[in-house]
Amino acid sequence: MIAVIKYNAGNIRSVAFALERLHVDFSITDNPEEIQKADKVIFPGVGEANTTMRYLKDRKLDVLIKELKQPVLGICLGMQLLCSYSEENDTPCIGVFDEQVKKFQPLQHEKVPHMGWNSLTPTHSWLDSDVANKFVYFVHSYFVPVNAYTSAITEYIQPFSAAMKKDNFYAVQFHPEKSATVGEKIIRSFLKQS
Amino acid sequence: MLTKRIIPCLDIKNGRTVKGVNFVNIRDAGDPVELGASYAEQGADELVFLDITATNDNRKTFVELVRDIARHVNIPFTVGGGISSVADVAPLLEAGADKVSINSAAVRTPQLIDDLAKAFGSQFVVLAIDARKIANQWTVHTHGGRNPTDKKLFSWAHEGQNRGAGEILFTSMDHDGTKQGFAIDPLVKLNELLDIPVIASGGAGNKEHFIHAFTLGKADAALAASLFHFGELSIPELKSYLNGNGIPIRI
Repeated sequence: MIAVIKYNAGNIRSVAFALERLHVDFSITDNPEEIQKADKVIFPGVGEANTTMRYLKDRKLDVLIKELKQPVLGICLGMQLLCSYSEENDTPCIGVFDEQVKKFQPLQHEKVPHMGWNSLTPTHSWLDSDVANKFVYFVHSYFVPVNAYTSAITEYIQPFSAAMKKDNFYAVQFHPEKSATVGEKIIRSFLKQS
Repeated sequence: MLTKRIIPCLDIKNGRTVKGVNFVNIRDAGDPVELGASYAEQGADELVFLDITATNDNRKTFVELVRDIARHVNIPFTVGGGISSVADVAPLLEAGADKVSINSAAVRTPQLIDDLAKAFGSQFVVLAIDARKIANQWTVHTHGGRNPTDKKLFSWAHEGQNRGAGEILFTSMDHDGTKQGFAIDPLVKLNELLDIPVIASGGAGNKEHFIHAFTLGKADAALAASLFHFGELSIPELKSYLNGNGIPIRI
C-alpha cells in the first residue's frame, strides 16, 4: 500500500489520479499509524512553505515524515520542505536534506515562476536512464541548488536540483503527476525502490 | 532548456465541446475528456477548457467534468468561464484543475485576483485579458469581448501581475478568428512589462504564426482552438516544424 500524506497541499488530487492511472493501490491519509505502516509514502506539495510547515508541525507530521524508514517521495514543495531551510518567508523545514531552498533571481528578464516543460539530466541511477533529456513539467519560484544529493539537474537561470536522493528519501522538483508518460515512468521508478 | 508551450483551447457547453472537431481517431468529438486525452497524447503541453455556458445550473456538471478530465489527462490544464469568487474556484481545484482563468469578474472586482492568489497561490491564477485596439489604445473588453471597459491592456496586465496573477492569457480580439497571425506588437510590450509568463491567443492560422509569436512576440506559450480542432494543423506537425526552426519545444 502507498500512503499519500493528506494535508493542505494543492496537488493531492492530481497525485491520486496519476496513481489510479498506474493501477497502484494507495490511500490518502494523515493517520500516523497508517503512514508508518505503508510500503511507500508520497509527500505531495503545492503551496507556500511557511503556512504548510506550520500545518505539518501542528499535526506533528514534520517529525513523523523525518523518521520514516520506507521509501518516501517528496514532490515540488514536498521536496523543498524536506530540506533544512527555505527562503520562502524565512522558513525552517523538515531537514532530511541539509540544504537551503533559494528564490530564483532573474539575470536576463527570465520569468519567475519557472513554469513549463524543461529537460532532465539524471546523475543518479534511481531515475531510469530513459528519462535523460526528456521533458517534465515545472511550476516553482524557489529551487534547491545542485548538491551532494542531487540525482537530476535542470537548467533555468542556473543549474538546479530537479531530483534528489538521500537514503530512503527521494524528491523531485517537477510534477511527475502532470508530466505525461515521462512522469509516469518516474513514478514507477520510485515505486520500484525498496 | 525551458520550452515554449503549445496550448489547445476547448470551449465547453453543457459538458460537451462546442465546435465540431475533425479528428479521425476520435470516437466522440463532443467528449472533452477523450479530446483532451488525445491532445495530450499528441504532445500538447497544456490544455484550456472554457465553460461558455457558465450558469449556476451548469456549475455542478462542469466540476464533474473537471474531475473526469483530471482523471484521464496526464498534462496540466486550466479551466475557466464564469468564475467570480473564491468559492467558485475551490471545487474546481479540489476536482483536479491545475489553474483557473478569470476574466470579466476580475475586471469587475480586481480584488478577486488577490483573493485567489492568497487562497491558492499565484501559480493557480491565470488572468485572461480580451482586448481590441480602439483609437490607438488596446482596450480591455469583458463578456466574451462584447463589452468595452475603461481598462487598458498594459496597465491592467501589470496590475494583474502586482495583485498576484501567475500568468497572463492575452487574446487580441482584432486578430481572433482571422487566421492572419498573432498580435505581435502588444506581445512584445507585455513581455517587456511583465515578469510572469504571457500566453498569446487569437489569430493563429499557420505554423509560421507560432514562430512569430515566440521569436518576435517573445510569448512563453501560444494558444489556438479551431486550427487544431478542425485538423488544419496537427500538434506533432507544428512541434516538429518549430523544433526544426530552432524554437525550444518539447518533442
